Amino acid sequence: MADLLQQIVSGLASGGIYASLALALVLIYRATRVVNFGQGEMAMFTTFVAWSLANHLPYWAAFALTLVIAFAGGAALELLLIRPIRDAPVLTVVTVTIGVLIGLNGLARLIWGNEPRQLESPFSTEPVRIGGVAFSLQDLGTIAVSLAIVAVLWLFFQRTKVGLGLRAAALNPSASRLVGVRVGAMLALGWGLAAVLGAVAGLMAAPALGSFDQNMMQPILLYAFAAAILGGIDSPLGAVVGGLGLGVIVNLLGTYVDVVGAELRLPVALLIILVVLLVRPAGLFGREAVRRV
Amino acid sequence: MALVWPARLLGLGAVVAVLALLPRTLEDFTNAYASDLAFVAIYFTALLGLSILTGYSGQISLGHGAFMAIGGYTTAILMSEQGLRLAGHTFSSDLRDVYTIPIAGVVAGLAGLLFGLPALRLTGLYLALATFAVAVALPQVLRRFETLTGGGTGIQLFGLPQLSGLGVEVNVFGRTLPFNDWLYYLCWSIALALLVAAWLLLRGRLGRALRAVRDSEVAAASSGVSLARYKTLAFAISAFYAGVAGSLFAIATTFVNPDVFPITLSIFLVIGAAIGGYGSLLPLLAGALFVQYVRNLGDDAADAGRLPGPVAEFLARPGGRDLVFGATLIVAMFLLPNGIGGLLRRAAEPLTSRLYTRAS
Repeated sequence: MADLLQQIVSGLASGGIYASLALALVLIYRATRVVNFGQGEMAMFTTFVAWSLANHLPYWAAFALTLVIAFAGGAALELLLIRPIRDAPVLTVVTVTIGVLIGLNGLARLIWGNEPRQLESPFSTEPVRIGGVAFSLQDLGTIAVSLAIVAVLWLFFQRTKVGLGLRAAALNPSASRLVGVRVGAMLALGWGLAAVLGAVAGLMAAPALGSFDQNMMQPILLYAFAAAILGGIDSPLGAVVGGLGLGVIVNLLGTYVDVVGAELRLPVALLIILVVLLVRPAGLFGREAVRRV
Repeated sequence: MALVWPARLLGLGAVVAVLALLPRTLEDFTNAYASDLAFVAIYFTALLGLSILTGYSGQISLGHGAFMAIGGYTTAILMSEQGLRLAGHTFSSDLRDVYTIPIAGVVAGLAGLLFGLPALRLTGLYLALATFAVAVALPQVLRRFETLTGGGTGIQLFGLPQLSGLGVEVNVFGRTLPFNDWLYYLCWSIALALLVAAWLLLRGRLGRALRAVRDSEVAAASSGVSLARYKTLAFAISAFYAGVAGSLFAIATTFVNPDVFPITLSIFLVIGAAIGGYGSLLPLLAGALFVQYVRNLGDDAADAGRLPGPVAEFLARPGGRDLVFGATLIVAMFLLPNGIGGLLRRAAEPLTSRLYTRAS
């Protein structure tokens, strides 16, 4: 029982990372109807920035500064690369995000070289005992940070005027423009916030991985895709629930089902999602697209 | 539209002429060019399939590498001694093993049909990510089913591991050819034959039905076009093309293992189709060239000293080549949002419609 609880918490910790990145994908999808393949590499890049900063600054200062840089970088990507081709076919825009994926990976290796790096964890590795069960403080910290950033974003979207503008711009750009929402600014803001979420995911993933290199986010991006699809690509709640659920399911399957083991975790996770999609083609929390012809 | 067929035949004739001239004009063709150009033909074949699926029936696949893997493994299993021992022979330096190529295509096509059935429920992005999921998961699955696939080690097609293709000769129609030259002619004959097949196939009823499905499913259904039938058919045809490409890919690399068909292969196909233009066929050649040569830029060229020193040096640094490839891809998409095919279509339109319609 204690073991099961530990595995669930450990699954929630990776789930929190998946959820952050999945939420970033959902934010961008809602704003620009594009699946951003570059999301993982954006997160990887900011993790390297944080690593450079952490050599000179205390951890949390580097953390905060990284989020600011991530925001600026995400907004800049939208302005420079996505906005000029907003009228192009969706596949063209998706291909550009694939270009971002490949290019950023190359740029990061050009700047930081190929050798793996370590980012120390802000949380001690000492276990804490709650009700006789030992939990890793790092896992609990990861869950707390991921949930905190999600909660802050939720409040921002639901309780502020800018958040309302963001939701309006995503839902109906032309009507929002008519009532005075600056849709362009909202799109850049959405990309910036998505980059911040990705940066948090990267910063939480780096210590959990032990050492990291430029390919650190690629498996995580796949889980995030899976989580976003599982929850429904246009549902922020779905992304969070999907991410946490996926983290737990994958961890439990990998630990307790021998056939799955370590290497079949991802395929099994993807299989589950395929089955879910066949039953609910728009994901668990997504809405079926109904169009008038 | 009246000029489509003359333009197509002219384009095909030009391609055939260039392909026939290359072996005679390029220095050291067999060692330096033949194999690379064969891979261009292979990518071209796979891109034809992807363009039929996405450009004609509107279904997005981010996992066509999976169908290539199915084709490649089919050929490998049929050809090798490690495989099913069906034919009971190893590489025989002649054309006999070519019979496995259409079989690989049919097996992949059946897989495409099977995948196309559940895919009917999924639209747009969900379908894209479902195909992506299959392509991500397949290498792990191949690793797991060792008895058939050889696990992580994979299968050597031609028996001996040291047989790398170079130096081996192949007897065709009474002539002896180096392996690489044989590969070049084989891949390009099949690729161009499949191009013509696609032209003929999409010319009439089928092409019209698929385009109707792509443009409006409701309108197509109300005109009596069976959505289920044509969408699964498109998947099957497309997977057949990918399977043939995968079979040739296996022959060209002389071995298969899970790493031969990684998820990046599927991504490169998406890139190639975007460069060539979805819904185009012959212009996909540009996409195939892009995938083969821009991605490997500086890989061989630096050795040959064909690039200026600083450029070659930059490309050789870690990440340099990827940075250039990513940037080139983005610039290409900015300049040609509908690919080379879109550019050609626009150029062929009458001047008036070019003046009065918005740039797309």
